[in-house]
Amino acid sequence: MLEISKLHVSVDDKPILRGIDLAIGAGEVHAIMGPNGSGKSTLAHVLAGHDHYTVTSGEVRYRGRDLLALSPEERAREGIFLAFQYPVEIPGVANIYLLKAAVNAQRKHRGEPELDAVDFLALVKDKLQLMGMSQDLLYRSVNEGFSGGEKKRNEILQMVVLEPKLAILDETDSGLDIDALKVVAGGINAMRSPERAILLVTHYQRLLDYVVPDRVHVLAQGRIALSGGRELAQELEMRGYGWVEAEAANRRKGGA
Amino acid sequence: MSATAADFYRDEFARVDAWLPGRRLPWLRRARESALAYFADTGFPTLRQEEWKYTNVAMIEKSRFALAAPDRDGVTAEQIDGWSLPGMLRLVFVNGHYRPSLSSVGDLPGGVTLTGLAEQLERAPERVEALMGTVPAAYASGFAALNAAFMTDGAYVEFADGAVLDAPVELLFISTGPDLAMHTRNLVVAGAGSRISLIEHHVAAGEGAYFSNAVTGIVVGHDAEVVHHKLQQESRKAFHIAAVQADLQGGGRFTSRSFALGGGLVRVDIGVGLNAERAACTLDGLYMIDGRQHVDHHTRIDHARPLCTSRELYKGVLAGASRAVFNGKVIVHADAQHSDAYQANRNLLLSDNAEVDSKPQLEIYADDVKCSHGATVGQLDPEQVFYLRSRGVDDASARALLTFAFAEEVVERVDIEPLRALLETLLMGQLPERVKELL
Ligand SMILES: Nc1ncnc2c1ncn2[C@@H]1O[C@H](COP(=O)(O)OP(=O)(O)OP(=O)(O)O)[C@@H](O)[C@H]1O
Ligand SMILES: [Mg+2]
Repeated sequence: MLEISKLHVSVDDKPILRGIDLAIGAGEVHAIMGPNGSGKSTLAHVLAGHDHYTVTSGEVRYRGRDLLALSPEERAREGIFLAFQYPVEIPGVANIYLLKAAVNAQRKHRGEPELDAVDFLALVKDKLQLMGMSQDLLYRSVNEGFSGGEKKRNEILQMVVLEPKLAILDETDSGLDIDALKVVAGGINAMRSPERAILLVTHYQRLLDYVVPDRVHVLAQGRIALSGGRELAQELEMRGYGWVEAEAANRRKGGA
Repeated sequence: MSATAADFYRDEFARVDAWLPGRRLPWLRRARESALAYFADTGFPTLRQEEWKYTNVAMIEKSRFALAAPDRDGVTAEQIDGWSLPGMLRLVFVNGHYRPSLSSVGDLPGGVTLTGLAEQLERAPERVEALMGTVPAAYASGFAALNAAFMTDGAYVEFADGAVLDAPVELLFISTGPDLAMHTRNLVVAGAGSRISLIEHHVAAGEGAYFSNAVTGIVVGHDAEVVHHKLQQESRKAFHIAAVQADLQGGGRFTSRSFALGGGLVRVDIGVGLNAERAACTLDGLYMIDGRQHVDHHTRIDHARPLCTSRELYKGVLAGASRAVFNGKVIVHADAQHSDAYQANRNLLLSDNAEVDSKPQLEIYADDVKCSHGATVGQLDPEQVFYLRSRGVDDASARALLTFAFAEEVVERVDIEPLRALLETLLMGQLPERVKELL
């Protein structure tokens, strides 16, 4: 599904990602953890095509294609979805318009007929229920005046409506209360399928109790410092990141 | 000013004098002549004047626009249907002259007068005199003086105390040809407790350069309400100069919603006098321009007495090499305690070549007041564009959608459904097809 090799990324000439290698297969859920500022959101943004980030070297292949050659909207239509760590507010654009635009852009791209207002509403109502969201949220401007948790929930709503092939969720669990976390986890689990891959960026073991990952990676100083199974997350929860960074530094020294 | 422009307008006055309305009224004749003398003295405003320093009207001074004579055949009823808004009463003016045969006023309830100013000058000259004043006003500029000298017609709208109409009134001003000058004067009087909703709508029947100089005077009585919409869709070569002055009595409410979409060179002055306690006004505006259009709004709100409220929101969308000027003055006079004023001007630049000069001005001479203002000039937020693109919306549509949303904040406040729909259609006319399907 996704193969990242030797990816180097800079922001304003400052190197942030320094050689990321990561492969995610269809049907898998991977978690990325790591200290603040280690480059997790940078990776997520690069995969979605944000032009503030410059890929200085390396390659990303998505379903056999060169992902980096695609525009953000092409990536979205090809099934990539990023749930933002900080979803922006868009005053004046109603949630429902954005959802409809997104769904129909995708359908058009796949050569399917666009949904009319009635079919679309039926689809969305179902998903709203899944996410425990009220219908009047549809008619409010995208994220405007939403609480932190509502914004995150809204991202997941978009995801379950769009049914992406590769979902990248950047700290969607941060700022959620316990019940909301369960709802969001339920949304994510509903998306799990053999054709789909999910990349979860998170700081907390708690989400991974609900959405059990196949692999856990630790991003530190722009590299994947350590990878393991779900038990790695538990270890991090107990021991923090210090040891990982020390170990990675040792390994680099040893290798040099 | 160059002697030639003054000479031209003096000759022009001699040419049209015979058919100007109200020529048998000595007070009006004096008013016209002293306005002409004032103009000969002062001429058109220049860039050296503070209030005009960003708006160069030399092209108007150089041109020789002829005052349009009443024209009986230029416009058909079918054309009117194409321009006008459905479901309203309508006064139609062609090249600055009222055309009853194209208008639809119907049976008006008692206490409501809706007619042309020239007609009202015949019917009730003393009333018009009382409203316009026997002594010529201090003209705000040479344009106001020219208007006073040459005014041919305009809307006369008077609601007696307590009068209300169900339907809004559209004042449709049509310009048919190049090289014409239109000097129109509207008088609006809202008696105590009455409610008037107007749409001053300017359209062009053809392309070409013409000169539309419109002055509107509004009196808002005690606890009365006047909503004045102005939709300006002049030709891209037209010169459109407009002045609106509203004076409010106690508890009166005035709302102005100004939509400037057309015109080549446009200047709109809006003045509001909050002259008695608990008067309130809202001034909203939207200019959406491109190419080489130049649109200048000057607003002035005088909080003259205590306990008045003013709210102002002007938004601008500038593409191409267009240029906008916004100057919003709020003056809180010494006596005006507990004034509450808020003003904002927000501009969206869609092109590097577009330019805006925004100057909100608060002058406060009272100490117990709540006043604030703000001005912004910026581009579309790249994070918002990226967010939409990350959901599959293409770049052009994302930008168009955000632009529409920016302008819609002003449009959605219009509570006359057909006008709001027309404005949305006009806004969308500037967006790609793809976006229209979404909305
Ligand atoms: N747009 C940007 N402009 C400048 N610096 C940036 C930008 N985006 C990221 N950076 C820098 O890149 C580094 C990595 O940031 P990133 O947001 O990817 O971290 P993160 O791992 O997601 O952290 P957190 O856990 O706090 O969300 C940080 O030092 C950050 O300041
Ligand atoms: Mg982050």
